[in-house]
Amino acid sequence: MKNRIIVFAVCVAVLASVAIGYTVYALQRDKARAGGGEGVRPVAGAVDLTPGGSARLIFRDTAKGPGFGRLAEVRVGSPGGGRKVDTQACERSYAAAGRLLCLAGQNGLVVHHYAELRDSRMKLLKRIQLPGLPSRARLSADGRMAAWTAFVYGDSYTSAGFSTRTGIYDSRTDTVVPTLETFEVRRNGKDFTPPDRNFWGVSFLKDDNTFYATLGSSSSGGTFLVRGDFAARTMTVLRENVECPSLSPDGTRLVFKKKISDDPSKPWRLYVLDLATLRETALAETRSVDDQGDWLDDRTIAYSLPTGSSAFDVWKQPADGSGRPELMVSGAYGPSVVR
Amino acid sequence: MYLSETRASDKARSEGERPGRRRGLRGLVSANVFALGMTSLITDISSEMVTAVLPVYLVTGLGLSMLQFGFLDGVYSGSTALLRIVGGYLADKFTARKAVAGSGYLMSAVTKLGFPLVGASVPGIGMMMAVDRAGKGIRTAPRDALISLSTPPESQGRAFGVHRAMDTVGAFIGPVIAFALMSMMSTSLGTAYDAVFVVSFCIGAIGVVALALFVRDPFTRKKTARVAVSLRAGLGMLGNAAFRRACIGACLLGLATVSDAFIYLALQNRTDLAISWFPLLPLGTTGVYLLAAVPLGGLADRIGRWKIFLAGHACLIGAYLLIGGVLDLRGTALILIVLALHGLFYAATDGVLMAHAGPLIPEELRTSGLSVLQTTQTLGRSVSSVAFGAAWMRWGPENTIQGFTVALTAAVLLCMVLLRPGAAHGPEVADV
Repeated sequence: MKNRIIVFAVCVAVLASVAIGYTVYALQRDKARAGGGEGVRPVAGAVDLTPGGSARLIFRDTAKGPGFGRLAEVRVGSPGGGRKVDTQACERSYAAAGRLLCLAGQNGLVVHHYAELRDSRMKLLKRIQLPGLPSRARLSADGRMAAWTAFVYGDSYTSAGFSTRTGIYDSRTDTVVPTLETFEVRRNGKDFTPPDRNFWGVSFLKDDNTFYATLGSSSSGGTFLVRGDFAARTMTVLRENVECPSLSPDGTRLVFKKKISDDPSKPWRLYVLDLATLRETALAETRSVDDQGDWLDDRTIAYSLPTGSSAFDVWKQPADGSGRPELMVSGAYGPSVVR
Repeated sequence: MYLSETRASDKARSEGERPGRRRGLRGLVSANVFALGMTSLITDISSEMVTAVLPVYLVTGLGLSMLQFGFLDGVYSGSTALLRIVGGYLADKFTARKAVAGSGYLMSAVTKLGFPLVGASVPGIGMMMAVDRAGKGIRTAPRDALISLSTPPESQGRAFGVHRAMDTVGAFIGPVIAFALMSMMSTSLGTAYDAVFVVSFCIGAIGVVALALFVRDPFTRKKTARVAVSLRAGLGMLGNAAFRRACIGACLLGLATVSDAFIYLALQNRTDLAISWFPLLPLGTTGVYLLAAVPLGGLADRIGRWKIFLAGHACLIGAYLLIGGVLDLRGTALILIVLALHGLFYAATDGVLMAHAGPLIPEELRTSGLSVLQTTQTLGRSVSSVAFGAAWMRWGPENTIQGFTVALTAAVLLCMVLLRPGAAHGPEVADV
C-alpha cells in the first residue's frame, strides 16, 4: 500500500507539473502573440462612428496581433489598407447612425457577456446582461432599436444542446424585452408556440417597430421567417427555411441564409428574397455562410467566412446572384456600414 | 456462489467496516469503494471541465455553427446502449471488470488531448465526442459491479450513496477549474483553450492512475467461474424473478420519467425565471443529490432499497404536481421545492437501484446484469423523452405534465403491487 501511495504521488506530481507547465506556456505564448504580430496597434478613439463622409466598414479585428478582438474600421472604397483599430473590444457589433451595439465579454471567475449601446464617442448609453455567448447584433437604421442574439448552453453532461435567446431594446422608451419567446406567434392564423422555439437574427424596418427574425423549432421541422410588431408584442410566420434575415437599405429585399444541405460541414447558402414578388435568388457564393449579412449598398452584400482558429475574412458579392465573391477585408468579422 | 459471496463480504467488511476508527466518507465504505469514488470524482472534474468549455470552444474558438454542434451532439447519443452491454459481457467473460472500466476511463482521458489535435475538423470533433461517450458507456456497469462486489449485501445502499456523492463533488469542481483557467487567459485570444484540454487530460490521467493503483478486482484470481459466462447466461438472469422485476420496474418507471431538460424548461415556463439563472437550475438538483445520496443510501439499507427507489419516484410525482400546476405554488418557493424534490429523486434512485439489483445477480454475471438493468432503464427514459416532447407540442406543458403525473403514479402503484419484494424469490436476503 505504501509503495502504491508513493507511485501515485509521483504520478500526480508529474501530471500536475505537465498541467501547470503547459498552462504557463500557453499564457506566455498568447501574450507574445498579442504583443507581437503585424496587426495594427489599438488606439482609443481610433474608430469614428459619426455618420457622413465616405462610407466605412466597422468590424471585429481578427488579424493576429495586438488588435485581435477589437473594433476596427476601413473605408468601404479602399478596404485593403488604412485599417484603424480601437481599444474597444466587441465579439460582435453593429454600427448605425452614430451609435454602436457592442456585444462584449467581461472576465471574472465566470465570463459574463453584455450588450452595450454606445454613442459615436464610445460613451456607454445602456448595458444589458446577456444570457449566453454573443452571436448576432443589429440596430435599426436610426440607431433607436437594438437587437441581439445569444447562444445559451451549459445544462448538463447529457444535454449539451444549444438554444438561443434574442432580445430587443428600445432606447427611446428605455424598454428591454429580454427574450422574444414572450411574444405571441401566429402561423396561418393559428397560435404557433412550440416549446422548443428559438429566435435569432433580427433586422428592423425604418418605422422602428416592425422587424424580421428567424424562428427555429426542430420539433416543427426547421426555421421560419417571422415579421414582428414590437409594440403589439406579436409575430407572424411568413415563410419556411429562412435564417438571419437582413433588410436592404431601400427596404425591398432580405438577404438570408437558407439551409440547402444536410451535410453539417456546408449547410447554408446566402439567398436574396424580393419582398414584393417573394422570389428567391441564390447568390454567387458557394461556400457555406453562417452569418447575418449586411448591405454595403442596395446592390452589394458583405458577410464573414471563417479562415481557421478564431479568424475570419469579410467578403462581398452582388445582391442579384451575378458576379463572384470578392475578398474585401482579411482578418475581419461581423461587418456593418457607417454611411 | 453463496460461499464466495460470503467470503467477499467478510473481506470487504474486515477491510472497510471499522466503525469509529475513521471518520468521514472513508470510514463508511470499503477501501475499494472509496478508491472507486475517488476515481469517479477525479474523472468527473476532468470531464465536466471540458463539458463547461466545449460549447464556447466550438462556437467562438473554432467558428462552428450551432447546427454543426447539434449534429455532433446527436452523433454519440445512440451508440452507447449497445456498448454498455458489450462492455458488461466482456468484463464478466474475462473476469476483468477493472480492466474494462479502466479502458473506459482511459478512452475518455485520451479524447481530452484529441480535441486540440483535431482542430476545427467536424468529423474529428464528432469522433472525439463519440469516443468520450463510448468510454463513459463502457465503464459504468463494471464500475458499479466493482462497488457492488466490494460491499457486503447489507451495506450496498450506503456504498453506492458514497460513490455517487463523491462523483457529484467532481461535477461541481470541474466547471470551477475550467472557468478559473479561462479567466486567466486573455479574453480576446481564442487560442488558450488547449490549456484547458491539457489540464483536463492530466486530471483524467490521474483518475486512471488512481483506478489502476487503488482499485482491486475482487475476483481476478479466481479462474473457475461457477456460472458459465455467455450471452445465454446473461439472458438467463432474467429468469430470476427478483431481478426480472427490477428490470421491468425500472423500465416502467423510466417510461414515465421526464428528462431533466424538460423539468427545467417547465419550471422556467411556470415561474418566468430570469434566463440568466437557467444554467444554474441543474446545480440545485445536483446539490441536493450530493447532500442526500449518503443518508438515503444508508436508509435504503435499513428499510429496503426498492422502497426507497419507489419513494424517490414519489418525490418526482411531487415535482410533477408542482410544475404541472396541480398544486398551486409559484415563485422562488416553487423553484426551490421542485429542485429539492428532483435532487431527492436522484439520490433515492440512481445508486439505490444498483444497490438493490447487485445482490440479486450472481457475481460472475454482475457486470452484465447491471448493464442490462441500466440499459432497460435508459431505453424507457429515451422513449419517454420523445413521447414527452411530442405530447408537449400537442397538448401544451400543463396537460402533458399532468398526464405524466398520472402515468408515473400508475407505474409506482404497479411496482408496489405487482413487483413488491418479499414475494417468493431467490437471493434477495439483504433487501428486506
